[in-house]
Amino acid sequence: MFRNTYDSDNTVFSPQGRLHQVEYALEAVKQGSAAVGLRSKTHAILLALKRSTGELASYQQKMFRIDDHVGIAIAGLTSDARVLSNFMRQQAMGERMMFNRPMPVNRLVSSIADKAQVNTQEYGRRPYGVGFLVIGQDQSGPHLFEFSPSGNSYEYYAMSIGARSQSAKTYLEKHYESFADCNLEDLIRHGLHALRETLQQDKELNVNNTSVGIIGPVGQHEKPISPLGSFRILEGDNVEVYLQSMEKKEEAPAPASVPDAAPAPTADEDVQMSG
Amino acid sequence: MTIPDMDSVAHPQERRFNPYTENGGTILAIAGADFSVIAGDTRQSEGYSIQTRYAPKVFRLTDRAVLAVNGFAADGNMFVKKVKQRLEWYRHAHAKDMPLRAIARLIQTMLYGRRFFPYYVYNILGGVEEDGTGAVYSFDPVGSYEREACRAAGAAQSLVQPFLDNQIYFKNQQAAPGTSHPSHLPLETVLSIVIDSFTSATERHIEVGDGLEIFIALAKGRTLQGMESIRGLQELTVTEDGERLFVMRRDLKKD
Repeated sequence: MFRNTYDSDNTVFSPQGRLHQVEYALEAVKQGSAAVGLRSKTHAILLALKRSTGELASYQQKMFRIDDHVGIAIAGLTSDARVLSNFMRQQAMGERMMFNRPMPVNRLVSSIADKAQVNTQEYGRRPYGVGFLVIGQDQSGPHLFEFSPSGNSYEYYAMSIGARSQSAKTYLEKHYESFADCNLEDLIRHGLHALRETLQQDKELNVNNTSVGIIGPVGQHEKPISPLGSFRILEGDNVEVYLQSMEKKEEAPAPASVPDAAPAPTADEDVQMSG
Repeated sequence: MTIPDMDSVAHPQERRFNPYTENGGTILAIAGADFSVIAGDTRQSEGYSIQTRYAPKVFRLTDRAVLAVNGFAADGNMFVKKVKQRLEWYRHAHAKDMPLRAIARLIQTMLYGRRFFPYYVYNILGGVEEDGTGAVYSFDPVGSYEREACRAAGAAQSLVQPFLDNQIYFKNQQAAPGTSHPSHLPLETVLSIVIDSFTSATERHIEVGDGLEIFIALAKGRTLQGMESIRGLQELTVTEDGERLFVMRRDLKKD
């Protein structure tokens, strides 16, 4: 095709009306490890799969706190993510300083979407190579947004980005209607099941490679924190109790092992492992 | 020929906008062995007028750090906002609160950064250090600072500081024969000294009065030791099993 001659300059359309540089940037997001986001009436959560370069290495951070009421999970170029999350933090702080209230989440997402769009229209600049899932809480409740390097942002009930995220999306599409009334523990369980779909054959979720971000009131397994609704990241041993609540892979829907304090899980359909 | 009296000779005058004004009020902080008390009256005035009977001058920065600002209120309020923003950046970068002595050094650099158009503010930073000891740091408007056991600043500084020198440092008094002065005072005693300082300052200084706000910062694991039922005590602590922070308010004379 003519793809190769029209794909070096950001400012050149292809005959099909596409900007290939932007599409290549979207590829960079797809190369990153998976992140899943979902929300209920009371909470919005993010789950991310952390990658490490080897047994001796640490796991790449996938989640960032932006403000008390906003957090993000990233997929793609981590360096670009740091720059954009820094910008988001400045925006959020600036709004608090000027207007004496937390920044509405949709405005915050629009501000990075607009910033990313500039890099798709200026000669000599490359698009950002990272996508975000943004969760936040404002007066209209909990929210989940996706931000992509094309400059597009959308609000979702549930979404996933990164490598093999289509498998997670399939799980989310199957179950999303039940999310709205879920409590926090069930919501996290759904999210973990969705995230597990993105794993390769012999891998599993464990306390080292799983990160959970939460916005909304304190859950049963959490120590009381305040102010209520603050964004927090659970990592390491804090995630263990939620991992335990997952159903075993490739088993018939037998009653799942339930931690003492959690409510009984709803009768789940089979959780399929993708190929 | 007589030498002209210089006062009656005409000479050029320059009229300029004065960017500063004095808003009165007084602040005070006292450090204990494992706690710190930071207080300020709530009156804001300009000249002989009262602007408001309740304008806070003492602010929570973290669960273990409290900043009291006095002098020019507009600069004081803006300076606190900027310090809080710097602490937020620190939290983003390090995922924890800034230690007290680091906040003190930060305040110095922020103040000196405006050496040639200073924040007209006398700052007192109080709280609990990383090692669990109570601390008070006092600053001048351009960032000179020092850690102390106690400090008063503001309109009634000249009334309160000598009282503190006598009651906290036991200056110019001898202990009863066979005894020695305590090296650290208990919380109850310190609170009494603070309240007495302000009621006395209110009596004799027109710019002090209306209300008193007292913050108490406690080291990790330290309880209020019987003071839990003190009237009007409100907990401000955010984190679990860390330092604890309380605030209480009292009335002062309104005349």
